Amino acid sequence: MASRLEGLDPALMLEIKSLGKTYGTGQKETRAIEDVSFSVEDRELVCVVGPSGCGKTTLLKCLAGLLRPTDGEVLLHGRRVTAPPEEMALVFQEYGRSLMPWTSVRNNVLLPLRHKKLSRTERSRLVEEALAAVGLAGFFDYYPWQLSGGMQQRVAIARALAYQPSILLMDEPFASVDAQTRGDLEDLVLRVRDEFGVTIVFVTHDIDESVYLSDRIVVLTHAPTVVKEILPVDLPHPRDQLATKELPDFAHLRAHVYRLIKREQDPVPRLAAAEG
Amino acid sequence: MVVRGEVARGTTVPEKAPAARTNRPSRAADILVPVLSILGALVLWEAVSRAGLISTNDLPSMTTTMQELWSMMQTATFWKDFAYTVRGWALGLLIATVLAVPIGIVLGSSELAGRAFRVPIEFLRPIPSAVLIPLLFLTLGTSLKSEVFLAAFGAFWPLLVQTIYGVRDVDPIALDTARCFGVGRLERLRRITLPSALPYIMTGVRISSTVSLILAFTAELFMGTPGLGQAMNYAQAYGLNDQLYALAIAAGFLGLAVHFAMTALERRVLHWHPSQRLEAV
Amino acid sequence: MSRRVYSSIAVGAEILVPLLILALWQLWTVQADSDHFPRLSTILVEFKDMWLFSEFSTHVVPSLVRISLGFGIAVVAGIALGIPIGLSEWTRKLAMPHIEYWRAMPPPALLPISIVLLHDIGDKQKVAFIAFFCLFPVLLNTIDGVRSIDRTLVDTARSYRIPRRERIRRIVLPAALPQIVAGMRTSLALAVIMMVLAEYFSSTSGVGYVLLISKNTFEMGPMWAAILLIGLLGYVLNLAFLLAERRALAWHRGWRASTPL
Repeated sequence: MASRLEGLDPALMLEIKSLGKTYGTGQKETRAIEDVSFSVEDRELVCVVGPSGCGKTTLLKCLAGLLRPTDGEVLLHGRRVTAPPEEMALVFQEYGRSLMPWTSVRNNVLLPLRHKKLSRTERSRLVEEALAAVGLAGFFDYYPWQLSGGMQQRVAIARALAYQPSILLMDEPFASVDAQTRGDLEDLVLRVRDEFGVTIVFVTHDIDESVYLSDRIVVLTHAPTVVKEILPVDLPHPRDQLATKELPDFAHLRAHVYRLIKREQDPVPRLAAAEG
Repeated sequence: MVVRGEVARGTTVPEKAPAARTNRPSRAADILVPVLSILGALVLWEAVSRAGLISTNDLPSMTTTMQELWSMMQTATFWKDFAYTVRGWALGLLIATVLAVPIGIVLGSSELAGRAFRVPIEFLRPIPSAVLIPLLFLTLGTSLKSEVFLAAFGAFWPLLVQTIYGVRDVDPIALDTARCFGVGRLERLRRITLPSALPYIMTGVRISSTVSLILAFTAELFMGTPGLGQAMNYAQAYGLNDQLYALAIAAGFLGLAVHFAMTALERRVLHWHPSQRLEAV
Repeated sequence: MSRRVYSSIAVGAEILVPLLILALWQLWTVQADSDHFPRLSTILVEFKDMWLFSEFSTHVVPSLVRISLGFGIAVVAGIALGIPIGLSEWTRKLAMPHIEYWRAMPPPALLPISIVLLHDIGDKQKVAFIAFFCLFPVLLNTIDGVRSIDRTLVDTARSYRIPRRERIRRIVLPAALPQIVAGMRTSLALAVIMMVLAEYFSSTSGVGYVLLISKNTFEMGPMWAAILLIGLLGYVLNLAFLLAERRALAWHRGWRASTPL
């Protein structure tokens, strides 16, 4: 599938400007996100990591237009995001709850396409291509719950792909999947980015995963959340589960991110000698 | 035996919490909106009568009906009838509970007994108790006995089924743990099975209470045993439409009162249960 | 005792106990020789004579028609009203006082009124009466089912910008269906009861009418045959519904079985 960006200004895909989110009123007011700013370029894979409870999911929902930010704004292609934008697709962590259990895998992937102006053959083609791209070619007529967790998440990814978005937001998609399957799915995400040319914002709490996948990592603090650091990841492409993870650069990046997050989780400063 | 949706679990709270809305109505609105809604309906009723959309011969205006209700409530006859109906309801529910809960516990605890009586129960359960009216009329006559028998018979079955299910639904792990610690059979029943079955039983009591009220009223209406139902018969026979509607409104409030009383009882008895901690908005 | 032996005893009991009850019934009625409690054998003969097939079309058919129409209207209205009420919190708050009130009303209380208001003791009044009270289980269950839809599913639909009509047809309705069907089952049982009440109170045809007439003429045979038929009707309708439900909600059982809660 060709990139949808032909003819558009290949400038910044996504800009987040001083995003803030407050929940509740009066006494119960919680400042979940204080001030988060970063940008994402076309075809980039940016990972967002942070300590637990740092509002990663809240941030993603604001990016997706599902939540209205209290302060700041989100710009997609220069346009303000106030509701879920057309060019954006979302993959949730709880795949079991985002897929419809009463119908087939095929119909699940088809659903978002129904309201698009496409012919029936075109829709079928998109569905079949997407399912083939995630490796589920033979499973069109299965019910989602008949598949394993990893396969269900593939269906969710296929659904996002068939939708032909220019940007994909993924909210800890592999957190509920077993470790071995996770590796396969991570490689799938990289392949998807290369083949389909989508920009990806990937939220995770898994540090290894974030270093492995990303072009840049955004590290967040705990609530009230701000951006602690944005790290470029200069590891070579294509990434490989074994080769890449053996590189010394991988270990350094990983350790660096780990330290950043650990400092967030343990506010009491450790002895200087323990720091690397 | 019975499909999942058939037997109500502990309470009416849905398993997944309702999707949170972005605007939570304030406390004041929580009271104001229902009140306004009711007032609106009453005004609409009056408007319909005044506009002549429905003739006042068929549907007395709201004000007429309310006035009639008010004056009825000043009479001793009304409250006597009211008390009769409440009596029939209460006795029916009491007898049903006293019979259904022990029997339910036995049938639920013993797999053999449960299976043996499964078919008869499945067959007798769906029989509308109303069919017994002619039989009762001819045998027991138009007395309190008929009314209570009818109410109790109807209220018995839902409570029996709920109790059986509650007893059966006990977590087997909890029971096994107790057995490992040498807890005797009767003790297990008292300390584990019954508390665990209680939400089901309370739901059963709530359902049975509704059934008992309906049947008490039915007995009065169809057989003429004293009570609000009989008062309705009288009103209808003499063409006193105002009274008829006023009595219907009163019956509705009685139903509401019984419902709230039972819900409050359920809440108190089960205050410890997780389902009671989730308050549906 | 071994599992095998126990199993056989249980199965034996399941078959024997009902038969035993029937046998006892027959014996008792023979011995009692009461007018009001004719022998089981007599009742069965009367049952066969009446319902197969002399009185079938005169009485059973009208009753079935009324039940079907009443139930059908209640289901359609219950779902049609339940979905918008379930989706909108404000509408729900407005509607709930009314729903609670009418749901708590003992149905017999509205029988005289239904006649006065509709000027009718025929099918129109009966169907209206049945439909009115059968509405509430379906309505309440629809509202509950709609409100309990998983948040993730709602977010998914929103993120893919699925239009409202599609959302209701393809997500809301199927998601709420298990709960709606549970409500429909209650409504069906209720429909039988309401039919009996309405026909017994005043009617010129129907199984409930037969009940009334036989009481007035002290004909015990027909009366018991009617009682038996009504019981059978309830049982058969419930069974038929269960079978239909099993097919329609096969996905639900599979899903629940595979998903740890």
